[in-house]
Amino acid sequence: MYKQAVGENPVQMNINGKAVAVEADGDMPLLWALRDVIGLTGTKYGCGAGLCGACTVHLDGAPVRACQTPVGDVGTAKITTIEGLSASELGRKLQAAWAALDVPQCGYCQGGQLMAAAALLTETPKPSDDDIDAAMAGNLCRCGTYTRIRAAIKQVAGVTA
Amino acid sequence: MNALALNRRQMLFAGALAGGGLWLGAGPAGAAQDGTAAGLTAFIRIGPDNRITIVSQNPEIGQGIKTSIPMLIVEELDADWSQVTIEQANADQKIYGRQVAGGSMATTLLYDSMRRTGAVARAMLVQAAATRLGVPAGELTTGSAMVRHAASNRSLSYGALAADAATLPLPDLKTVTLKDPKTFKLVGKPMPGVDNMKVVTGAPLFGIDATVPGMKIAMFVKCPCYGGTVGSANLDAVKAMKGVQNAFIVPGNGDDYELAAGVAIIADNTWAAMKAREALQVEWAHGAGAEQSSEGFAKAAAAAANAQGAVPIFAEGDAAAAMPAAAKRLKASYHYPFLVHAPLEPMNCTARVDGDKVELWAPTQNPEPGRASIAKLMGVAPEAVVIHMMRCGGGFGRRLTTEYMVEAAWIAREAKVPVKLIWTREDDTTRGNLRPAGWHHLEAGLDATGKVTAWTNHFVSFGKAGKFGRAAAIDTTQFPARFVPNFRCDATVLDLAAPTNFLRAPANNGFGFVMQSFIDELAHLAGQDPVAFRRTLLGTPRLVGPSDKRDSYDAARALGVLDKAAAMAGWGRKLPKREGLGIAFHFSHLGYFATAMEVAVADAGDVKVKKVWAAGDVGRQIVNPSGAINQVQGSVIDAIGSAMGQAATLAGGAIEQRNYDGFPIMRMPDAPPIEVAFVMSDHPPTGLGEPAYPATPPALANAIFAATGVRLRSLPIDTELLKV
Repeated sequence: MYKQAVGENPVQMNINGKAVAVEADGDMPLLWALRDVIGLTGTKYGCGAGLCGACTVHLDGAPVRACQTPVGDVGTAKITTIEGLSASELGRKLQAAWAALDVPQCGYCQGGQLMAAAALLTETPKPSDDDIDAAMAGNLCRCGTYTRIRAAIKQVAGVTA
Repeated sequence: MNALALNRRQMLFAGALAGGGLWLGAGPAGAAQDGTAAGLTAFIRIGPDNRITIVSQNPEIGQGIKTSIPMLIVEELDADWSQVTIEQANADQKIYGRQVAGGSMATTLLYDSMRRTGAVARAMLVQAAATRLGVPAGELTTGSAMVRHAASNRSLSYGALAADAATLPLPDLKTVTLKDPKTFKLVGKPMPGVDNMKVVTGAPLFGIDATVPGMKIAMFVKCPCYGGTVGSANLDAVKAMKGVQNAFIVPGNGDDYELAAGVAIIADNTWAAMKAREALQVEWAHGAGAEQSSEGFAKAAAAAANAQGAVPIFAEGDAAAAMPAAAKRLKASYHYPFLVHAPLEPMNCTARVDGDKVELWAPTQNPEPGRASIAKLMGVAPEAVVIHMMRCGGGFGRRLTTEYMVEAAWIAREAKVPVKLIWTREDDTTRGNLRPAGWHHLEAGLDATGKVTAWTNHFVSFGKAGKFGRAAAIDTTQFPARFVPNFRCDATVLDLAAPTNFLRAPANNGFGFVMQSFIDELAHLAGQDPVAFRRTLLGTPRLVGPSDKRDSYDAARALGVLDKAAAMAGWGRKLPKREGLGIAFHFSHLGYFATAMEVAVADAGDVKVKKVWAAGDVGRQIVNPSGAINQVQGSVIDAIGSAMGQAATLAGGAIEQRNYDGFPIMRMPDAPPIEVAFVMSDHPPTGLGEPAYPATPPALANAIFAATGVRLRSLPIDTELLKV
């Protein structure tokens, strides 16, 4: 599934449960390593400055902005991208709720939204509205689907709307 | 193969699919009478295995068009939604006619024709079944892609009938039997987007996800000041950098809508390209706009406050005579700023050039201008430009211009390698094309009963040499034109070097704020309730203007949404101190909308939107209620977010903002609950991408006035003015 890396100093990474050798300089943001070198394009470029959250991935379960995370800083942390979200039951539930509640408009931000939501519910299974606001404030949706993002999170968490 | 004229340019065709199936589609009049001929593409394909494929002709930029338009075909075809697969069409206006995500026009233009296309296929399948079963067609019913003869308890699948149907003459599109909408099984039911699972699993869908074998990443660095050209650049130093394949100057053609001058960088990956552009040093020759600034424009606009504009727009009655005779008069100047579109997916395009053939993978909402520019500038035939329309990560009008397509094609040819051109966020902001800023110097007069008797507007906008630029004009019929007996609107056009462009509900997104805020001021001047005052202004429920004109104004429909929004909001109820309800209505893009809004204003001036109620009238049928509500809520959030904090400012001919920190988009904690209602009226169904926007900023400003007594006449709102 992943492109074979070739070259003298590949970086060893664990992506979506697989060991991957990535041919990238240490200062390359994880975002571009995922998209251009490995060929996983679900992680999106929106701002390149940690302002929009479209590139949100998990490092050992914690949400980070891939555009602000140099490959050389990842170390042995396990990387989960939107392509790997369905490996967990929570991830599959979130994806199903997102699709059934028809959250997306253009859909470009939704991978990052889902990664942020999965990290929230892992940490806080029954979030309050304030918890949702705090966890999701870093993820822009230019189409303005926030109403449904909130509804989908609450549905999966089983908290009342 | 059978054919039937759809209109002057297009034919509807039906024919056999290889392997025995039915194929129904459109193509240019005079196309080869052969179902497999190039240049013909099917709207519907039914295979012998009963697999049904529906082609979606328009670009998908987030309005759910790839779901809602095929729903119309499938409804009349009488198949189940689960039985069909939806395919995105390539760009080819010879086959499809207009393929544009713009003007909220897809539903308006396709509601009837797509239903008829589905109905034609159904009629042919029924006729094939009648012949096969030896019974009259009138005894047959359909459903779930089956034809059924109840009397003999026999059924045939569409797939089993498709080969026979393909040999039949096409029934007349105009007279083909359509379903009674009361019997719709699909249209009017909320349907999730057809690509939702791909979106939520991160599948490659968007333009920026495209890959072509051997592809390199391209960036294109243009002058910060529009119209600038390249003097010199340190190309050798850039080319020597790791991962950089090439760097060269593109002279451009001097048209920022087509191909600006700049420096192209070709690299192995995006990061190498980004580092190269950091090292790139360019001596620019600045363009004609280098002296232009938002500050300078504001001064010019202010100077026009007490004059009449040189460009007449619309006059009725005698405003000059009526104004001095008014019992009460009010003057006010309103302003809204330049904006950029800021879609989350920045402009990008993948291009491969092979001899005279150009192939593009383009996230575009309007492919044809790109094709035309490429054909012109690169000397290739328009039909040699193949355009795969990729899903767009937001449009909002930004992708109506196609300069990124031209850039990608040009750079791929010069570099002799397929490229994915990616604009950075900073490129996307600083090389945005602008929603024109505007100023309105208004005056109105009221008679002793509070009725508006006179209205004048000196509109200051942008263009070149006295002619309005793109999206910068005011329509002659902009409300309250035709509703005030003595009315005059004229305009001044300031010269602007930067390109302007349509942004969601173009022009109306500013006009709604101005007109509905000033009307609110007049209601208070008259000492009347803002809803009652608006009802009086609209007058008796009637159509103003000819019934076949797009800009005719249906006062009944405006009253309908105004009353609905007021009722939803509980208009008239008492609110605590520093809280207020505001309301506004607007007609644009064939849709009538009213927004009511409840706000709380903190002593420090911060505005919290507590709740929004939006009522819309877009005719007798909502095709997909799920997508429709999403569009209205998104438009409302877009409009509030913009009114709260967005402005693109020009200095030295360049946009000063660079990223989302300087051009904020609303975030989750600020998003209010939004209740949406549709007022059904017996009019043709129309689109929802835009018309919910314009009434929203004035509802916000009017609510703030209700809460604080402070009238905000400029966007984005200045919360400093709201401090206690």
